[in-house]
Amino acid sequence: MHEATQQVISALSEGFSDVDFSPSPLMDRADGAVGAEQIYVRVPADRLLEVMRFLRNSEACAFEQLCDLTCVDYLNFPKATDRYGVVYSLLSLSRNHRIWVKCFVNDPSPEVPSVTGVWAGAEWMEREVWDMFGVRFSDHPDLRRILTWEAFEAHPLRKDYPLRGRGEREDYEVLTRESR
Amino acid sequence: MADVVIESTPDVLMDLDKSGQGDVRTEEMLVNMGPQHPATHGVLRVVLRTDGEMVLESIPHVGYLHRCAEKIGENLQPYQYIPYTDRMDYLAGMNNNQAYALAIEKLAGVEVPERGKYLRVIFAELNRVASHLVAFGTYGLDMGAFTPFLYSFREREMILDMCESACGARLTYSYLTIGGAHDDVPDRFFDVLLEFLDYFEPKIPEYNQLLSFNHIFVKRTADVGVISASDAIAWGLTGPCLRGSGVKWDLRRSAPYEIYDRFEFDIPVGVAGGTDGIPRSVVVGDCWSRYFVRVLEMQQSCRIIRQAIEQIPDGDHINKKLKNLKLPAGEVYMEIENPRGQLGFYVQGDGSAIPSRVKARGPSFSNISILNHIGRGCLLADIPAIVGSTDIVMGEVDR
Repeated sequence: MHEATQQVISALSEGFSDVDFSPSPLMDRADGAVGAEQIYVRVPADRLLEVMRFLRNSEACAFEQLCDLTCVDYLNFPKATDRYGVVYSLLSLSRNHRIWVKCFVNDPSPEVPSVTGVWAGAEWMEREVWDMFGVRFSDHPDLRRILTWEAFEAHPLRKDYPLRGRGEREDYEVLTRESR
Repeated sequence: MADVVIESTPDVLMDLDKSGQGDVRTEEMLVNMGPQHPATHGVLRVVLRTDGEMVLESIPHVGYLHRCAEKIGENLQPYQYIPYTDRMDYLAGMNNNQAYALAIEKLAGVEVPERGKYLRVIFAELNRVASHLVAFGTYGLDMGAFTPFLYSFREREMILDMCESACGARLTYSYLTIGGAHDDVPDRFFDVLLEFLDYFEPKIPEYNQLLSFNHIFVKRTADVGVISASDAIAWGLTGPCLRGSGVKWDLRRSAPYEIYDRFEFDIPVGVAGGTDGIPRSVVVGDCWSRYFVRVLEMQQSCRIIRQAIEQIPDGDHINKKLKNLKLPAGEVYMEIENPRGQLGFYVQGDGSAIPSRVKARGPSFSNISILNHIGRGCLLADIPAIVGSTDIVMGEVDR
């Protein structure tokens, strides 16, 4: 683990002694070094907002930018216990270090607090995760679908949404080799 | 001779003025711009709430080009997905190939031979020049200048010819792939490339004379759509949009991937007007700064390519031992500096040959999300200037 990441983790544990962050590499490989510099911490949904504020504002962390916000559906994933993992990729431009934050939520109503108040750029990213995965973001200023259309009902990047078939036009004539 | 009678203002008009009915009454109006509009660079739709010429609100609507690229990536092997990455940011196919290949290589622990790395840098930088040439040309077009567009496409054509000679495609290359570059370059390729650089580098001052310092162009873009450095960072802006706001941040320097730590180059940022021949009206973070950062970056790319040609070793261009790639369980996030900003791939493997999650973080997606924030209170004619200066590619916004 890099020294900078180590400092961030210790600052986090000091600030939130009651949260178990259990820092671990994104990619846990037996052969070691590759990817070991990418460390993520787990944060429960009810503490997410204050942890994010801390990561953004504290001197030791100073994560000024939210690079990416995405979600992973762990349905059928080997040894997974939770269904959705919302992943935040944070970057500090002033200190040049990164950290990843994961927040796991489950059906029937997956919901995490919105971080638009911390990073303004989260607005569209959260809309995309809502659109694609159906994870709601509480207190989001404008949680509408972004890539699909308003009337669309499904969340297509969930693992139980099939690659083909659903949502295709049913009255559309299908040409087969025989009918040609 | 009769005296000249000077007629006074007719009484009727005087009365109207006093009652206030002669004023121009204004009314809010919704103007729909796009998705088919030449100044939106693709299928962007912006709904503008206007009061006369003043824009009160500009809400972008995206998704018209959504092709489920991420879902497809979760059902294909990495090799098969490379052509899909071309179609995200279709003006910088090489850079997109490179980003996805780097992510997979990092996840699966694949080695890339030295020559492959150099070829990647050369083509990534060539593609950056080609992409900035399109940005330069079409931005002039947005501002009503047709000639620079012809000039920039003349030069871009030469780059496309070179790319074609290397991989057979002119736009969707799929050339940089997992383990290196798909083919080696043909004989005399580097001679042609050097010839092009000798020809191209003196053209950049010509572009500046033609467009950058053109009085009308400066009037349209300087001090328009100003983004402060802190806003740019908070909204997730990257690339020339971030550097135009004066933030010196470039992944090629701050987190050198591939072999970028072996080259010397500068990172151009936006500077205030009045110095170094920059027009006086320019403010850091305005449309002109973002535009001019791109022009300067073309020069730097040429510098990198020259150094790469000098250093490139012989040998394999691709890792030839690679067969049946399996992705270990785990995740990786790989970000590179693409012409538009930071292009990130978040890839998760689950032990099989097909990744279980592929997320592409396109820079244009974040870059255009700030539009409503900076477009508030500007004039209607400034909206094309702002949209053009962010240089978005909708294929990447919608994926």
